[in-house]
Amino acid sequence: MAEEHNMRRVTAIKNGTVIDHIPSGQALKVLELLNLSGDTSVPVSLVMNVPSKKMGAKDIIKVEDRELTQSELDRLALVAPDSSIAIIRVYSVAEKLNVNLGDEVRNVVRCTFSNCITQNPREPLPHRLKVIRTAPLALRCHYCQRPQDLDELVLNLL
Amino acid sequence: MKGLITMDDLTNEDIHSILADAERLLPVARGESYLPLLQGKILGNLFFEPSTRTRMSFETAMKRLGGDVVNLGDVKTSSVVKGETLFDTIQMVDGYTDIIAMRHPRQGAARYAQDAARVPILNGGDGAGHHPTQTMLDLFTIQQSHGTLEGLTVILAGDLRYGRTVHSLSHALVRFGCRLIFASPDLLRMPTEIVEDLREHGADVTETEDLLGNINQADVVYMTRIQKERFADEDEYAKVAGAYKLHARDLANVKSEMVILHPLPRVDEIHPSVDETRHARYFEQAFNGVVARMALLCRLLNIEVPAKIPGGDA
Repeated sequence: MAEEHNMRRVTAIKNGTVIDHIPSGQALKVLELLNLSGDTSVPVSLVMNVPSKKMGAKDIIKVEDRELTQSELDRLALVAPDSSIAIIRVYSVAEKLNVNLGDEVRNVVRCTFSNCITQNPREPLPHRLKVIRTAPLALRCHYCQRPQDLDELVLNLL
Repeated sequence: MKGLITMDDLTNEDIHSILADAERLLPVARGESYLPLLQGKILGNLFFEPSTRTRMSFETAMKRLGGDVVNLGDVKTSSVVKGETLFDTIQMVDGYTDIIAMRHPRQGAARYAQDAARVPILNGGDGAGHHPTQTMLDLFTIQQSHGTLEGLTVILAGDLRYGRTVHSLSHALVRFGCRLIFASPDLLRMPTEIVEDLREHGADVTETEDLLGNINQADVVYMTRIQKERFADEDEYAKVAGAYKLHARDLANVKSEMVILHPLPRVDEIHPSVDETRHARYFEQAFNGVVARMALLCRLLNIEVPAKIPGGDA
């Protein structure tokens, strides 16, 4: 009931993407990750700190008229690895997608260490962060091997 | 194994077998025997940062084995100053050489170069990252002194925060079950992530600010230089650094077989009075840089070091 009530806090969308089970308070970061914070072309609804059986409290984002791509989902995994994504077509769930980091995050984000070789924007090899652990998330740069500061990482998205 | 970027590229068996190769190559390193195992091979020395010992010992190692060396030269006059990327520099040198030794101020540069290169890369230091060829010569010197790498008590002293040699060495020593004592001023402690990493691997690690109070239990004391510029002012430096200086009189009660190592250059952290004691090994250690790098060059170029070497004892 509580879950259903949450979903109704904002109107059901006709077409688009619903990102559910975002850790409470992380929704703004997710918008940033998906480059939606400055995007005024599509309606975005945000629900924050609502009760969740699974998580205690959670955030939900609804993006109208846009279906997230796999590479966008990979970005999402950086702050909300357990989120669930539903693609909505004509008011019903057409597809359920999973966030999956895999064992490496490639060309999504730049290493947070200021003296890493990849800080030179002209170096052409891919940015590569190795997934050391998923819960809680721990990443290390493939090149400099520094553990990544996850809060700072969001600022380094490519 | 393609190149040597961190000590993780070597298994313990690799380490033992490379050290055994190095041992057999000693007469060649001393110039007592000529063994042109690397004739026709060219080493590219890419030092983007100043280096005396590492660069010279790579060059000596290659030449003692009959190989040749090309140098990047002074970074200030090379294409790097024109803004060439590391990727492009590596593409060029990769075509000229059979193996590359490099030092770079940026961390991760060696791994990056290896990903860009066809030939093996030997990491001679990348920022505050790794310096595995130094670690190999340190291990060689420790083994030479104690006959083993297993189960020793090793004090690493001085600047443990910025000193890449102590980072690589700690990881390696833990793999051989050594007990580590990190003696440093609070400001220059071993980075937390390294200490945590070592402990996760089951290491017995003690952190202290007291070098002299622990020195009597050590089998090896590895000294490093504390740089003035790490401190806010000179008084603070003088106050702190004094506790990490060794004088011969500090060694009265140490274990008789204890050895003192230092990656050099030293400034005043080891008093010249120590040079005359049986414990001083830092000059042999510097010489061992040649023989350890000879063994590594052969290994990465897939050239077998013969079991019997003319002029050698083996």
